[in-house]
Amino acid sequence: MTNVPDFLPALPEILMAAGAMALLMWGVFRQCDARETGIGAIGLFVLVGALLLIEPNEAVQTFGGMFVVDSFTKFMKLLILIAAAAAIIMSFGFIRHEKMNRFEFPVLIVLATLGMFMMVSANGLIALYMGLELQSLALYVIAAFHRENARSTEAGLKYFVLGALASGMLLYGASLVYGFTGSVQFTAISGVLTAEGPNIGVIFGIVFILAGLAFKISAVPFHMWTPDVYEGAPTPVTAFFGGAPKVAAMALILRVLFGAFPALEDQWQQIIVFVSIASMVLGAFAAIAQTNIKRLMAYSSISHMGFALVGLAAGTPEGVRGVLIYLVIYVVMNVGVFCCILAMRRKEGYVESISDLSGLSTNQPMLAFLFAMLMFSLAGVPPLAGFFGKFYVFMAAIEAGLYPLAVIGVLSSVIGAFYYLRIVKIMYFDEAAEPFVQPLPGELAAVLGVCSVFTLLFFVYPAPLILGAQTAVGALLP
Amino acid sequence: MTDGNILSLITFLPLVGALIILVTRGDEASVARNARYVALWTTSITFFVSLYIWWKFDPSTSDFQFVQETEWLGGAINYHMGVDGISMLFVILTTFLMPACILASWTSIEKRVKEYMIAFLVLETLMIGVFCALDLVLFYLFFEGGLIPMFLIIGVWGGARRIYASFKFFLYTFAGSVLMLLAIMAMYWEAGTTSIPVLLAHDFPAEMQFWLWLAFFASFAVKMPMWPVHTWLPDAHVEAPTAGSVVLAGVMLKMGGYGFLRFSLPMFPVASADLAWLVFALSVIAIVYASLVALVQEDMKKLIAYSSVAHMGFVTMGIFAATHQGVQGGIFQMLSHGWVSGALFLCVGVVYDRMHTREIAAYGGLVNRMPLYAVAFLIFTMANVGLPGTSGFIGEFLTIIGTFKVNTLVAAIAATGVILAAGYALYLYRRIVFGEIEKDTLKSIMDLNRREVLTLAPLLAATIFFGVYPAPILHVTEVSVDNLVANYHAALEAHRVAGDTGLFARAASLFTGN
Repeated sequence: MTNVPDFLPALPEILMAAGAMALLMWGVFRQCDARETGIGAIGLFVLVGALLLIEPNEAVQTFGGMFVVDSFTKFMKLLILIAAAAAIIMSFGFIRHEKMNRFEFPVLIVLATLGMFMMVSANGLIALYMGLELQSLALYVIAAFHRENARSTEAGLKYFVLGALASGMLLYGASLVYGFTGSVQFTAISGVLTAEGPNIGVIFGIVFILAGLAFKISAVPFHMWTPDVYEGAPTPVTAFFGGAPKVAAMALILRVLFGAFPALEDQWQQIIVFVSIASMVLGAFAAIAQTNIKRLMAYSSISHMGFALVGLAAGTPEGVRGVLIYLVIYVVMNVGVFCCILAMRRKEGYVESISDLSGLSTNQPMLAFLFAMLMFSLAGVPPLAGFFGKFYVFMAAIEAGLYPLAVIGVLSSVIGAFYYLRIVKIMYFDEAAEPFVQPLPGELAAVLGVCSVFTLLFFVYPAPLILGAQTAVGALLP
Repeated sequence: MTDGNILSLITFLPLVGALIILVTRGDEASVARNARYVALWTTSITFFVSLYIWWKFDPSTSDFQFVQETEWLGGAINYHMGVDGISMLFVILTTFLMPACILASWTSIEKRVKEYMIAFLVLETLMIGVFCALDLVLFYLFFEGGLIPMFLIIGVWGGARRIYASFKFFLYTFAGSVLMLLAIMAMYWEAGTTSIPVLLAHDFPAEMQFWLWLAFFASFAVKMPMWPVHTWLPDAHVEAPTAGSVVLAGVMLKMGGYGFLRFSLPMFPVASADLAWLVFALSVIAIVYASLVALVQEDMKKLIAYSSVAHMGFVTMGIFAATHQGVQGGIFQMLSHGWVSGALFLCVGVVYDRMHTREIAAYGGLVNRMPLYAVAFLIFTMANVGLPGTSGFIGEFLTIIGTFKVNTLVAAIAATGVILAAGYALYLYRRIVFGEIEKDTLKSIMDLNRREVLTLAPLLAATIFFGVYPAPILHVTEVSVDNLVANYHAALEAHRVAGDTGLFARAASLFTGN
């Protein structure tokens, strides 16, 4: 291959990489603060988003078949962009109040986003690893970004050590797969496996790869880092962790399983079913006893990933469509909830205890209403958006005949409802505590407003999202 | 206004009122006053608009009327509304009770009036939607959505143990319903649609009916509530504010019965027939057990709550007898219980507002100071007992007749429930109303004021009118019920010929592997 590869499909990534470096330079030489680079980063995201939107929909492969662009990657990348942009906007107020106003923060988020783009477009094991590591390294740093704070540093370190372990497992799995199939490119691997049938070495490889990826979406039994990192990291970073990286890792799981290992569906389906059940159940039970809202959201995200995996377990186009719809709705709800958490600021600083929300409905009725609505949505109560996410994944599970999975899933959503209701109870039924600082920063209120409107009114006009997900699935599962 | 979207209009009219209340600004007192009036006007207008569908309703057909269908979720899941003889009157019942609820809360709710009224109006929208929805997913949306406002109503404006009661209410109903959701999905994949009219004509395999029936039963039995999953009801009733109890007893319990009529019986006839014994058993246990428990209650609301459980026992018994009289009686009993139990809770609310206790022992001799109240309470008590001449009699009588044809023993045991009902209801009435006033606190108690008379009078009129002349209701439901019962028996016959009925045979075949 002496030909120069076609760079055009990777234009958004190239633009983003160049933009990240430019922002870094700008920050260094202008000595500016995070707000300035943040606005620059959002400008960059808008540009990249526009580029993504005008890209043609047909599937294109480049870089020797290692990099793929189609409507699935487009869907996922747009979602990641939105989640990352929201995280940057939300962080403005926090950075100002908490004195972590350094220009590198938005740049790191841009780099992490670039890594996620690579993950989404990866069509081979090497590209996969490259994207994953770029993303992870940026995330390790921003987890510890609040460097004077012991908890933040601890979170960064913990995330790094466990993340490195997961990467190691993933690499080991990748090398096994390469060894037994003789290729690192997904289409080629799939061809070999279809011809030769299942092979114990490859199955071991899949197990290790899935272990590494399960770590990234914090699915049980690789979830241990989540509560500590969620709690320790600065809140806007936690908000970011809850959204974009999970979308990217889930996209990667989908691409690996359907791109490289469709022939082994019977084998990996069992793993996914187990991981899904374990995540839903553990997430539901463990969250009950939490007193810190960020820890609670960590367990909530574990169980939500379990729900999303229900769709994947089905292994059908309906199931994958369910996963995509679930991810979109989950990301929006997650951003909304973290906006509410970022609104929990008293004169002496940010607070994170659930009991601090006590009686919020008398002090700030609007905020309490939105928070409660998001909680009901997370619990999956119709007619809010969260219900539809669950609806589509369970629909696929029923179609695939996975009745035990579906029954366990819905019952754990009932258990989960308990702790979401508890937050509503504290805000509405308990006596008012000391009020939070008002009003909210304008940009935070705007993000919260958008998320709430989406969650509340999704049922009125769900067609665009459902059709978009449908098209994306068409590219992944022809 | 066209007939095509009249049901959507009725359903979402209360939401408009809620939005108006939401945007009102000003000092607290004026916002509260405005909220009350807007809520009252909205619910009243909704009631009068809903009367239009009764007026235009064609009782000579069992087809769905006022149908509206629009694209919604794709994949044959549409926004589909319509009513037939079974559901139409429940819409009216809901809109009829709501103004009374608002009036009952006029002075007793003092804090967060604005939010309270919004919650009630949203709840009304969701409740009407349940009875109008002709798509299973849409039905589920309304059915479950109602939990949110009710949870808040009990939890924010309820009594001392409100938090326990609200959680119990929410989690019980939620747990029952999610299983129904799975069944809905299974039906979608089996029949390719969630449209209720199509599913009514679809013939599900007998094996599948069994599981679907159980999943729906889990949801509706909790909602109804049937023994032994009734325990959330006394807690929720006791702790809810008066209007909350009225809505719970008057409308929300009926969703369970409506669900049995709309889904379980016509869609899963084989399973319904096979498992009728289970429903009968649970029904008679509910009737006898709940009546006995009601006899020993010290709390007025709890007593009425248990009497609701007993009365719902008659409904489930009548429905699953699957005879014309049984089903007609079940519907009539639900409607009548809707306003009678609602009125009883309002009566409790009247004295609670004055004395702030629901202890039966704290009252006595009210007839001396409150003659009007004593009369109203007497009539509603008699209706609760099922005295001929009140609407309570018609429903109980029809359900017992209907069941008698199918299972004499069950009908006989259920009939003893009527005697027990007389026992606890009259005992309650005697302790509260008769005798001399002995307690000093009661010596200055005031009789019904104009607002309270206005609240109770329509309910009183309905109780007497439909007790003496039940034809308007029976006439509306007749053709639809006939159709339902005829289809049920035809489907049962078809499966019997095909040889796939019999629960035990099927259970055995599960184990033997064919």
